[in-house]
Amino acid sequence: MPAQSVKFYQVGSRAVGNRLLDAELRTEQSSAERRNSITSGHRACQGCGEALGARYVLDTAERVTGGRLVTVNATGCLEVFSTPYPESAWQVPWLHSLFANTASVASGVAAALEAQGRTDVRVLAQGGDGGTVDIGFACLSGMFERGDDVLFVCYDNEAYMNTGVQRSGATPAYARTATTEAVGPIPGSRPGQGKDLPRIAMAHEIPYVATATVAELRDLEAKVERAMSMRGPRYLHVLVPCPLGWGSAPAETVHLARLAQRSGLFPVFEAEHGEVTSVLPIRDRIPVEEYLRPQRRYAHLFADPPRTDLIERIQQIADRNVARYHLDPHEIPHEEGA
Amino acid sequence: MDTPFAITLGPGSSSVNRTGTWRTERPVYVDRLPPCNQACPAGENVQGWLYTAEEGDYQTAWRQLVAANPLPAVMGRVCYHPCETACNRAQLDHAVGINSVEEFLGDEAIRRGWVLPTPAPDTGKRVLVVGAGPSGLSAAYQLCLLGHHVEIRDSAARPGGMMRYAIPTFRLPRYVLDAEIDRILALGIDFRPNTPVEDLTAEHGFDAVFLAVGAQLAHRAYVPAAQSARILDALDLLGDTAAGQRPQLGRTVAVYGGGNTAMDAARTARRLGAEEAIIVYRRTRERMPANDIEVTDALEEGVRMKWLATVKHADVGVLTIERMELDEHGVPQPTGELEELQADSLVLALGQDVDHTLVDTLPGVRVEGGVVQVDEHMMTGHPGVFAGGDMVPSARSVTVAIGHGAAAARNIDAWLRGTVATPEPEREAATFERLNTWYYSDAPETVRPRLDAARRVSDFAEVTGKLDADTALYEARRCMSCGNCFGCDNCYGVCPDNAIVKVPTGHGYAIDLDYCKGCALCVTECPAGAIDMIPEPD
Repeated sequence: MPAQSVKFYQVGSRAVGNRLLDAELRTEQSSAERRNSITSGHRACQGCGEALGARYVLDTAERVTGGRLVTVNATGCLEVFSTPYPESAWQVPWLHSLFANTASVASGVAAALEAQGRTDVRVLAQGGDGGTVDIGFACLSGMFERGDDVLFVCYDNEAYMNTGVQRSGATPAYARTATTEAVGPIPGSRPGQGKDLPRIAMAHEIPYVATATVAELRDLEAKVERAMSMRGPRYLHVLVPCPLGWGSAPAETVHLARLAQRSGLFPVFEAEHGEVTSVLPIRDRIPVEEYLRPQRRYAHLFADPPRTDLIERIQQIADRNVARYHLDPHEIPHEEGA
Repeated sequence: MDTPFAITLGPGSSSVNRTGTWRTERPVYVDRLPPCNQACPAGENVQGWLYTAEEGDYQTAWRQLVAANPLPAVMGRVCYHPCETACNRAQLDHAVGINSVEEFLGDEAIRRGWVLPTPAPDTGKRVLVVGAGPSGLSAAYQLCLLGHHVEIRDSAARPGGMMRYAIPTFRLPRYVLDAEIDRILALGIDFRPNTPVEDLTAEHGFDAVFLAVGAQLAHRAYVPAAQSARILDALDLLGDTAAGQRPQLGRTVAVYGGGNTAMDAARTARRLGAEEAIIVYRRTRERMPANDIEVTDALEEGVRMKWLATVKHADVGVLTIERMELDEHGVPQPTGELEELQADSLVLALGQDVDHTLVDTLPGVRVEGGVVQVDEHMMTGHPGVFAGGDMVPSARSVTVAIGHGAAAARNIDAWLRGTVATPEPEREAATFERLNTWYYSDAPETVRPRLDAARRVSDFAEVTGKLDADTALYEARRCMSCGNCFGCDNCYGVCPDNAIVKVPTGHGYAIDLDYCKGCALCVTECPAGAIDMIPEPD
């Protein structure tokens, strides 16, 4: 008789829950008692990845801190759709800051709590990619460098979406935005890596840096839990597809996040004190084309004639990520732990 | 709004904003028809009992199983499992080993003495079932559960029909057959062995009749033969062997025919000591009616195949064989090329015919092509007389027979109540394309251990081994629950609007239409394809 492990569940560890799993082994999101930190009635678009990502992150942070959590929110989509006056979708203590100074406000909250001796209350700052990699960049770098006890979460949808899809420092090469139209010999956003904030954060050698997507819930929840178990500046970068800005079907949000990871374009990893400590290996790698094609922001790459040269350049970015982070479990032996 | 100092907006106050008004389509939970269920000739809810089995609740799973099929331990051994052929998982890695889990559940029931459901209160109606094969037993079982009095008559000494008298013991040990049949008869069925029914018009006191006499006459084909050439029918060979005799066949045995009976006969011949067993068949392997599983088993056991050949003449120890050719229509045509084939005996397995003398005197019954014709309610042209199994047009397998029995019982029950059985509402197919297979773990099938070919031909031990509780659980959990919710919480987790709520009833989830924006993320991320989007009603 072949020896098979009975501890097998038909949906493995990828689904949100599983009736065959003990409750404590399921995700926070499967729980009927989850906090719903951001609740119904918010005005995010259909299929919004950011609303999903924010609930995933905050519900877990709420659980692991026992509800002793203050959040600071940059201006951006997340703020606009969650708090149109006089309503708020938040069910956690929540402060709205300017676009630029979220990290500084969070530092101030942390300092105030420390001055009051309330070190049990934790601080989480959050914003979009614009508020993180562009407008709030200096304040964030300062927060890192000073060693303030804040987890900063960037929900990266790769452009300024609520103002009308303008390019940000996190917009990927050749993606069409309102400010980088798909015209000319090099259509869309300019080539290059943009601001790779996870690596910039790592360069500060802060205690914890991690990337995640809304398609890998268990991974994301584990990273929030890990981050909240540590003190000092921490940074979490979550890929949150945007149906409006990416030109994708609302139903495809999670699927696209998954394809981003499977293509290698969005490497999912953890780093501590500037060193990568673990990566999420790619299960069943796909060519970047499979990820790009369903998005209208890349439609010009697949026009007649197709820009196979540019697709190839994007493929090279993915290949470099796979090599850099050892993402392919079959090609390169992956070094475990730190 | 009264809020404390520095608090400007009430927590969760967005809930006044009913975003459900944005929606143009809404998600609905569905129960689609999985391919296994659709393919099962016995009408089993395969996905349903696997769902229960994967929780480790084998007894409940078995109860769901026997709702359609009272012979699961038999079927787990002899069914050609069209469910596995249809299984969507085959497109991912390998089909779920449904048949092996069925066998496991059937054996567990025998081992632990699980009992069948209690029949409904007596309706006062009496049904005669003619034939105690799988079809007759299945019908009797279902009718008995419905509260009707059932009498089964069979011409043989023991119940089981072809399961007992044709299927070799190395495929179906008789203790398994006995256990499952005894359990059915113990429900209160009046079984009369050695009681052939010859004239139905002489039968009185029954409100309905179900005919399931099978196809037990060996098909006669004229084979010119020397007087002392040893020629016997496959059914006799199989019946005698199953009864414990060891018919003398000689060193080399030729089996004439290409069906499952031919395979069983050849495999039996090997076990009876024939050093060579050769199947002589007039067409090619692709055109052989035998099931591929049986052909493979036979080949593994050293059975040889002689394709495109007919027996022209049988002499003592030698056959004259004519080579055939397929014409453009695939019909074998003689070539005139003759050769000799050494064979101490010739076993004829050229198909089986229905003995329909029983119905010949019955007004209204139509026999066409040698089989009894029935309508969509399994009723013959004679009101109140129903028929099923091998004697009606069918694919002739134990599984089909069990399905016929159950279908006939439903229709007979309706007839006895003066109504017409309504078919179950059609469900849309749960196709592979609707699944989100990303969520399923990579999990190759668990293969039942099998006896080595060398050991197989030396005795009549059962060839295929069993799953144990661990491997059966693993195999059940490989089921992808196609088209049916299995409680993975994905919809609940991926909704950006918290518009899916957990409820204690039904599927366990409900859509909060006040807030569902109709994004369909739940539909895309449902592993099983158990959610549909439908247009918002006007």
